[in-house]
Amino acid sequence: MDTYYQLNHLPRFGEIAGGSKPLADAFFSYYGKVFEDGALTAREKALIALAVAHAVQCPYCIDAYTNESLAKGADLEQMTEAVHVACAIRGGASLVHGLQMLDHAKAQLM
Amino acid sequence: MTPLPILPAPEGPRPTVSLRARRAPLAAPALQLGALAAVAVEGGPTGTGDFGADLAASGWPALTPAPLEIFQVNVGKLCNMTCRHCHVDAGPDRTDENMDRATAEACVAALDRILAAPDAALHTVDLTGGAPELNPHFAFLVEAAVERGLHVIDRCNLTILTTRRFAHFPGWLAERGVEVACSLPHYRRLGTDAQRGGGAYAKSLEALRALNAAGYGQGDPRRRLTLVTNPVGAFLAGSQASMEAEWKAALARDHGIAFDRLIALNNMPISRYLEWLMEKGLVEVYLERLVNAFNPAAIDGLMCRNTISIGWDGRLYDCDFNQMLDLGAALPATPRPHVADFDLAAWQARRVVTARHCYGCTAGAGSSCGGATA
Repeated sequence: MDTYYQLNHLPRFGEIAGGSKPLADAFFSYYGKVFEDGALTAREKALIALAVAHAVQCPYCIDAYTNESLAKGADLEQMTEAVHVACAIRGGASLVHGLQMLDHAKAQLM
Repeated sequence: MTPLPILPAPEGPRPTVSLRARRAPLAAPALQLGALAAVAVEGGPTGTGDFGADLAASGWPALTPAPLEIFQVNVGKLCNMTCRHCHVDAGPDRTDENMDRATAEACVAALDRILAAPDAALHTVDLTGGAPELNPHFAFLVEAAVERGLHVIDRCNLTILTTRRFAHFPGWLAERGVEVACSLPHYRRLGTDAQRGGGAYAKSLEALRALNAAGYGQGDPRRRLTLVTNPVGAFLAGSQASMEAEWKAALARDHGIAFDRLIALNNMPISRYLEWLMEKGLVEVYLERLVNAFNPAAIDGLMCRNTISIGWDGRLYDCDFNQMLDLGAALPATPRPHVADFDLAAWQARRVVTARHCYGCTAGAGSSCGGATA
């Protein structure tokens, strides 16, 4: 293993049960339920997951939820807009901290 | 020498003509079956990639028919469109493979023989192509089926209804209570035009408005408007129930269009869709997705069990996909059984012919001309 990320880690995700099967079972059962059709459709949840995958910059999640969004009937424009939502929130999160900078600077400027 | 000006790329996807018109070797069914057979497969119930073995491991040692319910006639390969994924390799250049009157009459005679059987379960005549409306005997077949009290489905590409010759068709079909099952890969433009050609989306909306105006899509069982979606890429069809609600809301909101139901089909890895997979280097990936998604619960409802597929020349097949692969139905009478010789008892006693492409119908929620099967 010469890099931190390995392509085969995603299909091998289930092997995490080797350390604790009860915790893995509980997680995967919960995970499956989260993505079922509910008040939000499975497609909407896949698009949220795609956006979050970009925010947390998880390459496994980006691959998985690109596939999942397509499989749930989203098109490329919808998926791109979802990524822009993540981008806007991340950008806005940086920029709104500018107010902290502003207040802190103002307190010591003429 | 002045350099040639660089011309802008034409709008929309690259124009496609049929494999046959391009004299592409892949037009040969044997090459298509060979390309699928050559893939190393590890998934599925047996891990062999042998469809028959995976059926047997799922409790189906032989794929036997259910009572015959649907009489599907593929009237020809002629079409006004050349969609990227077409399993028929249809197109405007396929002018010579069209059902003639004698064969259409043989189909009607076969219908009468089926309906005369004491335990007849047949309820639907399903007309497909190509663009079935382009066949000169389309109206004859529709009228004959309606007279016999059968439900009729017109598998329509939508854009044909925007041509002057067929502008009256929504009303004509509505008067006869014909269900219109329309291909529309996505309720938005991007994917629709990518699969069906630039401008297809706008024309499809125009046709849907005409169908709505003729009474289609308002919940009337005699004016049933079904949309048929298949993936614009190398992934499986989504849940049709989940997508239907979203599609209805979006088409109503964005375009004021209504429809009755959505069915979602997987793309079959044959013909032009197989060509696309090969160009993208995705044959193995796609076949692996199909095999890994093998769903034993989808077997019982497979269309090959309750449907007969008849080719433009009257030959008999288990399904439209086997028809395109030249895999004739396994009937004892002749090596190439014909509708003129159709015998219901022999049909019900046969075994369905299968090969690797059949994983396309057993994947996920299952896939047939009627939608999900599981």
